[in-house]
Amino acid sequence: MTAPHELGAAADPRTAMVLAGAEEGGSLGRDAWRRLRRDPAAVVGFLLVVLFVAVAVLAPWLAPYSPTDTPGQGTVTPTNIPGPSAEHWMGLDNLGRDELSRVLYGARQSLIIGVVSLLLGASAGILLGLLAGAFGGWVDNIVMRVVDMMLAVPQLLFAIAVAAMLGQSLTSVMIAIGVTNVPVFARILRGSMLAQRGSDYALAATSLGVRRRFVVLRHVLPNSLSPVIVQGTLALATAIIDAAGLAFLGLSGSDPAVPEWGRMLSETQRFLASAFHLAVFPGLAIVVAALGFTLLGESLREALDPKYRR
Amino acid sequence: MGTGRSEELDLGQAPGRPGRAAYDGPLLAVDDLSVTFTRRGRRDVRAVDGVSFAIRPGETVGLVGESGSGKSVTALAVMGLLPGRGVRVGGSVRLEGEELLGASDDRLRDLRGREMAMVFQDPMTSLNPVVSIGVQVTEVLRRHRDMTREQASVEAASLLRRVGIPDPVRRLKDYPHQLSGGMRQRALIASALACRPRLLICDEPTTALDVTIQAQILDLLRQLVRESGTALLMITHDLGVVAGLCDTVHVMYSGRVVESAPRRPLFGSPRHPYTGGLLASIPRLDAPRGAPLHPIQGSPNDTIPWESGCAFAPRCEDRVDACTTSAPALEVRGNASVRCWNPLPPPGRTAAVQEVRA
Repeated sequence: MTAPHELGAAADPRTAMVLAGAEEGGSLGRDAWRRLRRDPAAVVGFLLVVLFVAVAVLAPWLAPYSPTDTPGQGTVTPTNIPGPSAEHWMGLDNLGRDELSRVLYGARQSLIIGVVSLLLGASAGILLGLLAGAFGGWVDNIVMRVVDMMLAVPQLLFAIAVAAMLGQSLTSVMIAIGVTNVPVFARILRGSMLAQRGSDYALAATSLGVRRRFVVLRHVLPNSLSPVIVQGTLALATAIIDAAGLAFLGLSGSDPAVPEWGRMLSETQRFLASAFHLAVFPGLAIVVAALGFTLLGESLREALDPKYRR
Repeated sequence: MGTGRSEELDLGQAPGRPGRAAYDGPLLAVDDLSVTFTRRGRRDVRAVDGVSFAIRPGETVGLVGESGSGKSVTALAVMGLLPGRGVRVGGSVRLEGEELLGASDDRLRDLRGREMAMVFQDPMTSLNPVVSIGVQVTEVLRRHRDMTREQASVEAASLLRRVGIPDPVRRLKDYPHQLSGGMRQRALIASALACRPRLLICDEPTTALDVTIQAQILDLLRQLVRESGTALLMITHDLGVVAGLCDTVHVMYSGRVVESAPRRPLFGSPRHPYTGGLLASIPRLDAPRGAPLHPIQGSPNDTIPWESGCAFAPRCEDRVDACTTSAPALEVRGNASVRCWNPLPPPGRTAAVQEVRA
């Protein structure tokens, strides 16, 4: 049934041609990167994230005043809080501080809370998910029931409870938000690993006698990480919003002089009638930062998802 | 096949391992193997039922049957790759006399890849998409042959070259999506053969490939078997593959072997009506245009349990009363073993009967 032919494909010019024409360069990552660059939402998200990080890092050089300076001392009264002007682009706050400077410095706080809580939550969640996904069976059962219990409590309520327990400090806010992220990461990684464990290449590796820990760590885990990466960017967005929410409820770092968007919003409540701008700018800052991470995360999800591939 | 190129494929005999010489039985002996899938609240499903066969070194044995006949499950059972839970495996699988069923996981992991290896059906999904070819081929070398990274990648490059992958050093750095289907299957065969296993199981290795690549892969396998003395268990539903490759063929239906015979008698004078039906269903190139195909009536779902008769009876044209009341045993008839109450006539009368049928 088989026609005689050459075995060494190198000798076969047709094969060589096909190979030369094969998709050049790059792993899956580069492939996803290419799709990402073509996606306008991803580009906008990326620019917003870059803006946010740049502002946070460069705040001392960008801000016209220190966040504790009170250039408006004397002119500001509870009924007269000047809005945006050429001198103070975002106006002054109730204590006569420059609102623009405070919003710029506020980015630092949000970035620190976002990143640290993400690292805390993601590493604990990934560890739990890895345990459940790698061992399965009763380990999986126990881990997932714990995770279910954590998920049963609404996220913000959970964060409030943790923050209230740990007391008023930046650390407790970060831990609180991190803890709420744990079950999400654990679940995502575990589900994705279970799906990959049944894959043909995992079976093929096992059929070659590859040890189980290598099958899990080298084959299953790397293929399971893309939803976790996506969740990471999305978690940054929710962390910023959660931090603002906690601060608004009075659960934030102990030093009221350190500007923070959520606390700026909550302190503004009393002056809402006379100083509308004090609510708009910190609110806008929260929206922009969260939007950037969300856009980036969603497009990353699409770029990494094979179903969207063309 | 260019015989002048054979030295390129010289994978050599498995390196001498002590304690081997004393054993001269079959390399793989599968005896009364049964696999039952159990699920709480569901009826047990017996996927493989009393399957026995043996493979000698250098021999190629075909396991033929349609989807769901239990051939892949048999292969997974031999390799010890069935999931631990929800599966009951009975009987005996011996590799060079060593019982594999019930062997420890560690022992099985030592044997897999070194003494026995498997090539899977779909090369598109059997390679890890995020790990380079090099890592995937060297992995098995480093696991079983204690090679350093450098040694393993030199060896992997020569393996890739032997299975016909050009520019192997560059290919080692490539990822699976950069290789064509045929190249991927070659890479998988290379990693399966990396430690010169004594037994190679191929589970429909050419099904996912187009026809010209199929021929190349089959040539490659044929050459490997001839030159390295590897025993090959070929699982397929393609009788063309069987005809070109296998010495002995076992035809499975609904979990049992219904006919076992050497290749020539099987094709020349099939004794089981199912085998006969399979052969009759192959489209013929010399048939007149528009001539109808001859399918086997019914579908694999039309079976009766083996306990109450012959599973093939509902689809069988030569059914007799006994077929639906009790299960036939696998009996030696001539140079074949057939499980049938009313087998097709032996050679000599076949032609006449087939003419009558046509």
